[in-house]
Amino acid sequence: MRQEAALLREARDSAELTNAVGLHARPSVKLTQLAKGFGARIEVSTSADGPWTDAKSLVKIMRIKAVQGETLFVRAHGADAVMAVNAVTDLIRRNFGED
Amino acid sequence: MERRLEGLSASPGIAVGMIQPLLLAEGQPRKDAPACEEREALHAAIARVKADLTRLSGRLSGIEAGILGFQIALLEDPELVHHAETRIADGLPADQAWIEGMAREILHYRDAPDLHFRARADDLADLRDAVLQALRAEPGPPLALKAGGILAAEDLTPSLFLRMDWQQGSGIVLGGGSMASHVAILARARGIPMVVGVGKVWADLSGPVLVDGDAGIVVAAPSAVRLAQAKASPVPAATVDDGSGPTLTRDGHRIAVELNVAALSDLDGLSPELCDGIGLVRTEFLIEHALYDEDAQFEAYAQLLHWAEGRPVTLRTIDAGGDKPLAGYSIEGERHPFLGLRGLRLSLARPDVFRIQLRAILRAAAWGPVRLLLPMVTAPAEVAAARAHVAEVAAALAGEGTRFVVPPIGMMLEVPAAAMAPGQFAVDFYSIGTNDLAQFACAAARDDLHVSTLADPRHPGLLAMIEHAIREAQALRRPLSLCGDAATDRATLEALLAIGIESVSVAPVFLPRLRSDIRQIDCGMRDRP
Repeated sequence: MRQEAALLREARDSAELTNAVGLHARPSVKLTQLAKGFGARIEVSTSADGPWTDAKSLVKIMRIKAVQGETLFVRAHGADAVMAVNAVTDLIRRNFGED
Repeated sequence: MERRLEGLSASPGIAVGMIQPLLLAEGQPRKDAPACEEREALHAAIARVKADLTRLSGRLSGIEAGILGFQIALLEDPELVHHAETRIADGLPADQAWIEGMAREILHYRDAPDLHFRARADDLADLRDAVLQALRAEPGPPLALKAGGILAAEDLTPSLFLRMDWQQGSGIVLGGGSMASHVAILARARGIPMVVGVGKVWADLSGPVLVDGDAGIVVAAPSAVRLAQAKASPVPAATVDDGSGPTLTRDGHRIAVELNVAALSDLDGLSPELCDGIGLVRTEFLIEHALYDEDAQFEAYAQLLHWAEGRPVTLRTIDAGGDKPLAGYSIEGERHPFLGLRGLRLSLARPDVFRIQLRAILRAAAWGPVRLLLPMVTAPAEVAAARAHVAEVAAALAGEGTRFVVPPIGMMLEVPAAAMAPGQFAVDFYSIGTNDLAQFACAAARDDLHVSTLADPRHPGLLAMIEHAIREAQALRRPLSLCGDAATDRATLEALLAIGIESVSVAPVFLPRLRSDIRQIDCGMRDRP
């Protein structure tokens, strides 16, 4: 029972894109690489109610074309959902380690 | 029968070899085959391109490798082939399905309001062509040049150039192109002879040809006599090396020799002992894919400082515009690009990009002797505006507690009016850009094949202008050096040393010849302290 509950775990959070170029090539590569390290299904959106985009697909992430000043909403489903959301929003808040 | 094609020299040296036309994505369209075979073929082609890019990126560094890393990551994403797979299931051959799928993605970026996203369309087009070639062409590395092959094409993009496996003895013939293009600079840096502007006839070339990058001609089906002459001609510069140590003229004057660098790879295998520093970093090439990426810029500058081992590194701020468009940055469709919004003018018009670069340069200056060089300066007010940006960036860095140093700030002397009044500018040093100064002083565009020979670097009026700048700089005790192709010609070098040039900067491939030329020149004692 406890294992099942863990699998169904869900988490969400949001962070503002403050780096100069937004979700551009390098930030997007970093985001998808980070997301791929988690078992949870991770999705992002520029609006609180979607549409949601698979954070593990570079092609899809690039299609969002999110720019500086937009807020990125992050949600995850799975055992490590909380860790995944924390890691992704932390990356965004750290400007993707770009400055 | 020999056939001679007139062109323009874009990179010196002589190469003889078999013509290899570059026909991108011109392979045979695929025949219909069962969907499962087509799907497999597409995945195999993608895997081949990915392996090719991975191998290539291992040989590159910094930003060049970063660009390829992004392309590799795209190829790893199943989403990239999703649409193509659907169309294959509909019965389309793999190549057509791939073209259709990529067209959708590319369109997505071409229409983006953000210039930076729009520029990504080029990455996708690159990938589309590479995979298409792997799908249609015979097996084997799609862009490898056979040893000693002569590449013939209408034009060549810098990214294609970087992907190619250039061998010693290779040469390039372009129907179009320009001697001042990105590719010309890359070819000169790698020592590959190149002739541009031969016209549409490039497509008719086949069999053995001789590319004379010194004379700017191409000879098809060269005679035995001509080939023997080519072999007997002086050994290419790069092989005449004379070791390290200061470079003195025959009569004992010390001349500083520095390097012009466009990419970290230009310095591969080169010892810093052979030069006195880096006299010109063309940052518009070094960081062209990282205009907004301060850390990537910092890293690239730091690597140059590391290579130079304590010798000065002159970072010229982005000199785009003119004949060097930069996607998403310079403006297109100017009537007179050489006289338009370029160099520092463009930097001041795009302070967002300029400040990112200044931050990276000031940070790098904390790690070694950096000199900051401003291109295409016309008015003293432009230097004042640039200095104001530097001061504000320095204040911001200080506020953040980030380590930085404000380096000496110099200017290019390439606008005649500025070259005649260098003392009016609040700078610490000067660098004469002979390519632009010659074309402006002689009113002859260097990319116009009809008149470019009039831009003579030994025109007495031009030399008088340079001499005037030297005297003013000496009176102010400000260092002055000369970068540009003029110093690579022995007779021009002699004229420049005679009027008092004491520091020259050339592409690495010219360095050994420059040093040996200087040692044979007697520059006289006139006006020397």
